[in-house]
Amino acid sequence: MVDALQYEFMRNALAAGILASIICGIMGTLVVVNRIVFLSGGIAHAAYGGIGLAYYFGWPYMVGAVGFSLAAAMGMATVTIKARHRADTIIGVMWAMGMAFGIILIDISPGYNVDLMSYLFGSILTAPLFDLWVMLGVGVLITGFVLGFYKDLLALSYDEEFARIRGVPVRLLYFLLIGMLAITVVMVIQVVGLILVIALLTIPPFIVERYAKSLVQMMVGASLLGTAFTVIGLWLSYRFDLTSGATIIMVAGITFSIVQISEAIIRAAGKRPLSGTRRRPVSQPAIHAKKTGS
Amino acid sequence: MESAVIKLDHVSFAYNGQAVLEDVNLTVEPGDFVAMIGPNGGGKTTLLKLMLGLLKPGRGAIYVLDRPPRFASHCIGYVPQNIHINSDFPISVMDVVLMGKLTPRKRWKRTSDTDRRDAMRALTRMRMDGFALHRMGQLSGGQRQRVFIARALVTHPQVLLLDEPTASIDTKGQAEFYSLLKELNQEMTIVVVSHDLLVISTYVKSVACVNRRLHYHHQAEITGDMLEAMYPCTVEETCPVELVAHGLPHRVLSPHQEMKNDG
Repeated sequence: MVDALQYEFMRNALAAGILASIICGIMGTLVVVNRIVFLSGGIAHAAYGGIGLAYYFGWPYMVGAVGFSLAAAMGMATVTIKARHRADTIIGVMWAMGMAFGIILIDISPGYNVDLMSYLFGSILTAPLFDLWVMLGVGVLITGFVLGFYKDLLALSYDEEFARIRGVPVRLLYFLLIGMLAITVVMVIQVVGLILVIALLTIPPFIVERYAKSLVQMMVGASLLGTAFTVIGLWLSYRFDLTSGATIIMVAGITFSIVQISEAIIRAAGKRPLSGTRRRPVSQPAIHAKKTGS
Repeated sequence: MESAVIKLDHVSFAYNGQAVLEDVNLTVEPGDFVAMIGPNGGGKTTLLKLMLGLLKPGRGAIYVLDRPPRFASHCIGYVPQNIHINSDFPISVMDVVLMGKLTPRKRWKRTSDTDRRDAMRALTRMRMDGFALHRMGQLSGGQRQRVFIARALVTHPQVLLLDEPTASIDTKGQAEFYSLLKELNQEMTIVVVSHDLLVISTYVKSVACVNRRLHYHHQAEITGDMLEAMYPCTVEETCPVELVAHGLPHRVLSPHQEMKNDG
């Protein structure tokens, strides 16, 4: 690893990976506890429509992608609140349409075409210095957001109904959360690619969730774990000449599987007489918790 | 308006075009201990959510401490029904109780030591002080229930609303739980939603039968006990709540007025 760091692109890649890990550790914690992984996937894919728009009209990437995915994200958030049992279907439609829209716009744009693969898997090894600064800015922004609204975010995520009774502006905060998520996802995709963003948003927070005692601990833990995955993955990709994004994801994914399997074994060994204790009821996002009747 | 703690005035509520509650009138006096009983889907939880201001009535008006529920929420302690939500959520017992300290005005302030002491006192009262730093997921159902009550108490409420509080407690725990509520009732009005009959035994002062409509049995109406029989509360329109009791002594509510009219 040390000899690899003599190359500037390796240093930049490492910095980009660590920044992405921290940002995804913080936002991913909120994504996992609020169960909006699918919505995050929808935002990330629909953002491709924005890239197509930016390409076609010659706008800067930021304007097109951020604007488009913010709009898509607000649409998805509205659907999640208004028509909760249809939300996953509608997000699926927006997911697919955003992506298709982007591809067609790029098709009909003059000039050379951007590579879809680089959008999916990123180009962490070619991350320019400017993008690193943008990511740092995003990191500072979301840290400020999370610290400023920590108690409200905690209440919203844990018990939305109680939060509303205590006067937390639940709806506003939810839209704000989704908006921050859209900005985060778009900025980070640019550097590390869509697939790696989804992996970093979900895998580290999920592994850490059961061991953390607070949301902050989970955020810090997820960021550190993500950083470890990124560093190990980058080293392996350098050592064995593999695609860096994919290698990082495989490191994370394999760790995830090992942890899951060993936890299952420990559980089975611990309480064999008891059966049928599921860890978590298959449930909808916290924002769905509002139920009428009975 | 007198000093009714909760007042429902001709309240109706429909969900997706289906009437859940129709023309409900209810006055809860200070110091009352009301059990709302009725079948599943009868509208008990909806009624509670209307009182909390989480739902708005289709028709009629609701007052909590002479204010619309939305503006009285800081005087209401609420204990939700489903206490198993998010058992993997990384949160300590202390942090759950402190959630009760959230108020719109103090949004940006850090948690003060006073708040922490208050939270600790509420936990001590619920005999959960030894668990303050435990993760919520490590607790049993009954312990979690007590933490949620501590979260409600930390606001120093004038009314305590509980939704099916004994659903996850065993029978022995339930008796203990209700004597605890009885103790709390000396300081605050309590409304408890339940489909379980133990409630109407020795602990509550009045009973509201809810099944689309509401019929209120005042304390004075509760007559004799020691009868193992059908619960004569079943007239289709007035109070269609049917309860079968067996075993232990029960109280029997007098028939509704309307019932006599029916002949």
